[in-house]
Amino acid sequence: MYNGGKIIVGLIIFVGLFTFPIFYNMGKTAEAPKPNIDTPEINKMEKKQCVESKEWMKANHMQMLDQWRDSVLRDGNLEYVSSTDGKKYIMSLQNTCMRCHSNKKEFCDKCHTYANVTPYCWTCHIAPKEKEI
Amino acid sequence: MNAILSLIAVAGLALIAYIGVSAAGLQFLFGVVVPYVALAVFLIGVISRVVKWGRTPVPFRIPTTCGQQQSFPWIKQAKFDNPSTGGGVIVRMLLEVFLFRSLFSNVKFELREGPKLAYSSAKWLWLGGLAFHWTFFIVLIRHLRLFTDPVPGFLKGIEALDGFLQVGIPGIMISGVVLLGAVTYLFLRRVLIPNVRYISLAADYFPLFLIMGVALSGILMRYVLRVDIVGVKKLTMGLMTFSPGLPEGISVVFYIHLFLVSTLFAYIPFSKIMHLGGVFLSPTRNLANNSRMVRHINPWNYPVDVHTYEEYENDFREKMKKAGIPVEKE
Amino acid sequence: MAKTPKPDELSKIDYTPPQTAWTETPTVYKEGVWCFGAKPKNLETLHFPNPREWRVVDEDWKLPENWQEIVLNGMKERLDKYRSFRVFMDSCVRCGACADKCHFFIGSGDPKNMPVLRAELLRSVYRGNFTLAGKILGKINGARPLTLEVLKEWWYYFFQCTECRRCSVFCPYGIDTAEITMMGRELLNLLGLNIDWIAGPAANCYMKGNHLGLEPHTIVGNLEYMLDDIETVTGIKITPSFNRKGAEILFVTPSGDLFADPGTYTCMGYLMLLHELGLDYTWSTYASEGGNFGFFTSNELAKRLNSKIYAEAKRLGVKWILGGECGHMWRVLNQYMDTWNGPADFLEVPKSPITGTVFENAKSTKMVHIAEFTADLIKHGKLKLDKKRNDNLKVTFHDSCNTSRGMGLFEEPRYIIDNVCNNFYEMDELTTREKTFCCGSGSGLNAGENMELRMRGGLPRANAVKDVAEKYGVNMLANVCAIDRAVLTASMDYWVPSVKVTGVHELVANALIMKGEKERTTNLRGEPLPGMEGQE
Repeated sequence: MYNGGKIIVGLIIFVGLFTFPIFYNMGKTAEAPKPNIDTPEINKMEKKQCVESKEWMKANHMQMLDQWRDSVLRDGNLEYVSSTDGKKYIMSLQNTCMRCHSNKKEFCDKCHTYANVTPYCWTCHIAPKEKEI
Repeated sequence: MNAILSLIAVAGLALIAYIGVSAAGLQFLFGVVVPYVALAVFLIGVISRVVKWGRTPVPFRIPTTCGQQQSFPWIKQAKFDNPSTGGGVIVRMLLEVFLFRSLFSNVKFELREGPKLAYSSAKWLWLGGLAFHWTFFIVLIRHLRLFTDPVPGFLKGIEALDGFLQVGIPGIMISGVVLLGAVTYLFLRRVLIPNVRYISLAADYFPLFLIMGVALSGILMRYVLRVDIVGVKKLTMGLMTFSPGLPEGISVVFYIHLFLVSTLFAYIPFSKIMHLGGVFLSPTRNLANNSRMVRHINPWNYPVDVHTYEEYENDFREKMKKAGIPVEKE
Repeated sequence: MAKTPKPDELSKIDYTPPQTAWTETPTVYKEGVWCFGAKPKNLETLHFPNPREWRVVDEDWKLPENWQEIVLNGMKERLDKYRSFRVFMDSCVRCGACADKCHFFIGSGDPKNMPVLRAELLRSVYRGNFTLAGKILGKINGARPLTLEVLKEWWYYFFQCTECRRCSVFCPYGIDTAEITMMGRELLNLLGLNIDWIAGPAANCYMKGNHLGLEPHTIVGNLEYMLDDIETVTGIKITPSFNRKGAEILFVTPSGDLFADPGTYTCMGYLMLLHELGLDYTWSTYASEGGNFGFFTSNELAKRLNSKIYAEAKRLGVKWILGGECGHMWRVLNQYMDTWNGPADFLEVPKSPITGTVFENAKSTKMVHIAEFTADLIKHGKLKLDKKRNDNLKVTFHDSCNTSRGMGLFEEPRYIIDNVCNNFYEMDELTTREKTFCCGSGSGLNAGENMELRMRGGLPRANAVKDVAEKYGVNMLANVCAIDRAVLTASMDYWVPSVKVTGVHELVANALIMKGEKERTTNLRGEPLPGMEGQE
């Protein structure tokens, strides 16, 4: 090759960039986190049921929270009617969601960290007190 | 015609992934086999193309000099536009690769009555191109969050900057929107500017539509159809750790996205997108204009037939003598 | 010969591309655009293949039976020899930045004169024969088979490119159409498809040492005419030497300067300057050509013609070489000569005997541009100059393509002009320096039969001159290129008749106060000096 040195260095950088994740993750397993629902409040429940179905919540909880915020702060409407079973809930992150899911670190943060998501809930809201794990 | 053909091709690709996953249940093919094959084709293809270029010699030192040469200390040299040292060349290349300096100098003309040719600066292509490439790069980098665990800290910073508008849930990433806008601009100028339309091949429209498809499916996944991101990451991490698995419940739109991305990467080595390597190896840009200072060697330089002075004198000796020109042989 | 349309007619240009795709649009071979094919005797002199009588307008170009094989093998060979060729074939994204940069496109509106399409003419064949995607996808991927129509189209359009490299300035990957055209012309030459305006001068240069075919005694004779004129103007008798062994410096300039106005005035300028300095230099009748029409034919022929310069420098035992004002000559000297025919280890690093300046930037090639040499003289105050003698002139400067984009000689000639003229005006900066426009007739296209093409290609340059002529009353177009001096004269006559053309060293010689000169009343052209009207 002509100017082989420079070209090979360039190619190594190129391959390195595009295979970076392979080396970075070497020796790890592809385990995805499972949100933990082992809290006193949830354990007390007979039928473990969130405001909506688990699958729906998984994909849409962020938008629901966004709507709740707007509804409460802008319209003064605090009541949420579940479309799953018609039950009524108070729209409140701290008092409704976190009452059951009092384990933010094990429930919220696990997936958020995994997927590199930084919700800005806690810039206003107070996170529940937890024991350091 | 070329555009329609390319659009059909990209739509067909999306359809293949859709049917393959939702009707035929070929998740393993589209989620595991195709991405692996695409990555391999991409890496091997790009390397072999670059090696092919590398094995071709650079017989002459032919930089396009775009500024004052190095001559006297009292004449200011354009050190980057007409570099005479390796350092100058590096700066020139960096400006070219990261800021598209040559395109920045673009000029358009207009023929008026008279005739009068009027020239003016034309920066839209530069701006559109720069926006396209940079946002593509940022989007690519952002995707590392799905390919690394734990996610490196710098990605948080990039996401925070990219999403600083804090509009919508999940927050709008400016790069994604600009990318789609820029690729649309690049497409529109191809269709709307008559001369650019005239030079455009199917091979010019196809990658544009492909990237448009990738961006659209990506945006759709993030903001509208909402894919289970933890499941997606489980799949991508499986690929990266060579322990592929197929988590349940990932929407088909993800497979379409992945298939279009795979096609794009596998297509690169055979296409004009190889300009990403070509720009580094372009002899008019990556050589110093120092060929009068340092002899450039052509590896295949070979002796040629010449008409020697001796032959010349033999042809003209008498005439030379008559004209008083000295000769070797009287 | 085709009659060249009038300027107002020629400047009605339609830039709308045809309805049909370029691959489907048959090429119309317009008289006034193409040049005559190479005559057999010239190809024979150069030992080039397929010498025969042929005419462009004939259906049959009398090609060898296996011409496709020859071309494709030639292409393969060049793809393996030139990284530029291979990378440029692969990298183009057809962004269109180059499209409107070509003077031939601006002047003709012919879309195949867009640099990108000129390259696509070759690239389409490259795709079809040398790439996987092109072989599989064929036409969809923009591939074309190499047919006779394609070959003829190559010939037509590769002799409508002056290798000026303006497009390569704007290309984000530096794709240089000059390289493409050179490859295209090399391939055509494998089949004996040169134009005679290139093959003729090249054959002359090979046998007689210069493009014009001036034999040794004619060179001496021509210079003697000039010396007589110099004596008339200055009263000084100059006696230069020819082929003199032991001279310190060999002087090489394009032969155009020896032959016709206004180049001869520039040549008189060299003679006067070098005499005034008392420089120990010699002319050569063997290496009597700085230019290189081989460069417009093939790499090999260019090297063959260029070899004479070093060979003669060696034979005469000079220390270094001084080169005259020329464009492509300097592209060749700067970027090719040392590689082809060096190392010039028998020469010394050039050092001006007058100022002591060592020309570090030429330390390997050992050849200095006379604009560099003269700028250095002026900087050191070694010349007595009377600027007022050029006061009748309002000067603008045309950057030659090759010294601009293949060297970067911008400030040296401007510095000289600034010191010998009081009235200097720049043209639109988007048409000068690295963005300069070709004269329209470079790379061997300065024939007579393609006058329409030349005037079309010359329009952008001429139009920028017209602009300063109207704004500032510019009446003189200075340049540092022999082809410029010849062809810009025609182009100015056609587009801007009020402007004349000059070499920089003609301006120098007019301003130069020589030892023992009589009071000058006229300039080198025999025109009265400012304030001397009616004295003659």
